[in-house]
Amino acid sequence: MSTEILMPALSPTMTEGNLSKWLIKKGDTVKAGDLIAEIETDKATMEVEAVDEGVVLDLLFKEGEANIPVNKAIAIIGDPNEKVEVKKQAPVEKVIEEKKIEKNIETKIEIKKDDIINKPSPKIEEDTNLSSEEITMRQALRDTMAEEMRKDNKVFILGEEVAEYQGAYKVTQGLLQEFGKERVLDTPISEHGFTGLAVGAAFKGLRPILEFMTFNFSMQAIDQIINSAAKTLYMSGGQINCPIVFRGPNGAAAQVAAQHSQDFSSWYSQVPGLKVIAPSTPYNAKGLLRSAITDPNPVIFLENEILYGLKGAVNNDVNFSIPIGKANIEREGKDLTIVTYSIMLQKSKEAALRLKEEFNLDTEIIDLQTLRPLDTETILNSVKKTNRLITVEESWPFGSIGSEIANIVQRDAFDYLDSPVIKVNSADVPMPYSLSLEKLYLPQVDDIINAAKKVSYIN
Amino acid sequence: MKKLQKADYIKMYSFMLKIRRFEERAAQLYGMGKIGGFCHLYIGQEAVVVGILMTIDKNDSVVTTYRDHGHMIARGLDPKRIMAELTGREDGYSAGKGGSMHMFSKENNFYGGHGIVGAQVPIGTGIAFTHKYNGEKNICRTYIGDGAMNNGQVFEAFNLAALWKLPVLYIIENNKYGMGTSVDRAAAGLDLYKRGEAFGIPGEKVDGMNVFSVIEAADKAGKYVREGNGPYIIEVQTYRYRGHSMSDPAKYRTKEELDNYKQTDPIEIVKAEILKKKIATNDEIEKINKDTLEEIKNAAEFATNSPFPKDSELYTDVYL
Repeated sequence: MSTEILMPALSPTMTEGNLSKWLIKKGDTVKAGDLIAEIETDKATMEVEAVDEGVVLDLLFKEGEANIPVNKAIAIIGDPNEKVEVKKQAPVEKVIEEKKIEKNIETKIEIKKDDIINKPSPKIEEDTNLSSEEITMRQALRDTMAEEMRKDNKVFILGEEVAEYQGAYKVTQGLLQEFGKERVLDTPISEHGFTGLAVGAAFKGLRPILEFMTFNFSMQAIDQIINSAAKTLYMSGGQINCPIVFRGPNGAAAQVAAQHSQDFSSWYSQVPGLKVIAPSTPYNAKGLLRSAITDPNPVIFLENEILYGLKGAVNNDVNFSIPIGKANIEREGKDLTIVTYSIMLQKSKEAALRLKEEFNLDTEIIDLQTLRPLDTETILNSVKKTNRLITVEESWPFGSIGSEIANIVQRDAFDYLDSPVIKVNSADVPMPYSLSLEKLYLPQVDDIINAAKKVSYIN
Repeated sequence: MKKLQKADYIKMYSFMLKIRRFEERAAQLYGMGKIGGFCHLYIGQEAVVVGILMTIDKNDSVVTTYRDHGHMIARGLDPKRIMAELTGREDGYSAGKGGSMHMFSKENNFYGGHGIVGAQVPIGTGIAFTHKYNGEKNICRTYIGDGAMNNGQVFEAFNLAALWKLPVLYIIENNKYGMGTSVDRAAAGLDLYKRGEAFGIPGEKVDGMNVFSVIEAADKAGKYVREGNGPYIIEVQTYRYRGHSMSDPAKYRTKEELDNYKQTDPIEIVKAEILKKKIATNDEIEKINKDTLEEIKNAAEFATNSPFPKDSELYTDVYL
């Protein structure tokens, strides 16, 4: 009996991979545990082992082929004498052809998706410096760090796996090679210690960029972030500032469950002395990270693992920055306002399209970009225009960014509201592991649609 | 080690005395309600910081715990402004926003004054990192209380300092009690100076009631660190005469224990040495005593007359 070897998922967020090298050839006998191929993902190149035994009957992709979807058959092994089974397998050429067709369809869908969801906001379109090439969020972050490190040798980066491993999520790729081990430092798994060390270095005048492998691990170090980094300027009567950026992925990735999927945006935004930023696109990631690195205060820079692969045009001017504390009106509308940030911008845009198609509602979307200081003016102006507000975010509902916005809006724009503010958040439970429960936990487009209907009194 | 000059003896005596008189006055002002919150006195421990002071370069950095008044005085900071911080006035080093536990002087490379037990240890290690990063020959002296020696981040910092060979001198001020808990009830293994051994950090134990012992150890350790060999630990055996803070009656120890330590009072040891070596006469010492008392009295006067911060100051210094 023959067995298909499928393209494996090598990380929680991997959806496709490249076949960089075959380690077997047709006719080889493989045993379970033998290395069969090298697969390149967005994060790393890894060797894949066989789990079944038999003779290699066919290799369905050539070396160097890219974007092979997870779970697609890449090879067939079995008993060479069972001819019937072999016959059943499609010839290599045909499979590749099929794949091409499939890929075309996928690309088509992607283009359509790009058109409607990833379409740059009006302001970005007005940017005359916009690159023709699209880059990923991780590249945008990397490039900005490199640009600032070239300008100012007081800027250095430290964190777990940032140097030799090239970053757990490849955000620091190539930095060690360019800047050397004095400025790109691998730390032990020791968040409390190296965060305190970085804070001390910032007190003394350096400008550290500290990468948390994920913000979940920043809990180990939160005393140094809040009690030392955020408060010392105040406690020293203005003498000692702390120019540091704490950055890394925040919020849910994919099925990494309760301890690795938490959104800390409202935790950090509660603290005077900290600035908190949550980019949503490569474009604003670039402009905001530059502002964060050059800011004389401690900045929490909340990235999102799922967005690392998101592509978009950027402004390549090495001095381009987006001011901290300024929201972006991502989409203009007159019927209701959605205030959101980070990854929920994508879902909000999808919801806005459906609201237009299905209910003829023109949704205004505000992408906060900075959570602290909050751009209340942009929010209030929008609410005064649309008279309806929903907030969409990944954090838990209690005391979330949306809670604060609801408070501000009821206080400062009470007479403009035509309906109560509705918050769309994750479920008020720890993040479950199971795919089905995870989907239920996270805010989905339908949740946003339902909230929009509710504030618009549509049954 | 550089031989101590006559002026050095007078300097040591004056500084130790100034710290003692300052702390006594602070206790008085606390009792009068002029100083609030937590107030941790340094009485009994003066030889530690003054001994270290004798080996310090003005471009070296210092970071310490919340028991920091004496450290600021030893750093040459103005007792008037230190006391004004204790009374929460606008002339205080932190403009009245830090208080007793959170005082800083960036221009004097004094980086606090930290209220969280153990937090200053990674911070001091990071300041040392900066000295190295900038190619400076300076070192960071990082003080640690015995209580913090059971705190995890201290060991994370030791590991990083040894791994990256950072110019940091860790000084454990072992005053025998972490608040009300004696060291032997808190630490498994009483030789705190050996706690860097696993990281390859050399350590030694020193009599902290005797300023001359402190100087000798600090000099040797300071040279080791300054030469780029990485961190070093000195455990200074000392004793605080007062409770943990002003609100602590110190019932967890006996009067005999306290009296016993007072027999080896650090200031008396220096005074005896000065008289023995005929560096100063009794009259000259009396003059120093009188002048010091006067200086501290003036500091208290200044600190209670300095205005409270303006209301508008509530919202300044949150961001730069």
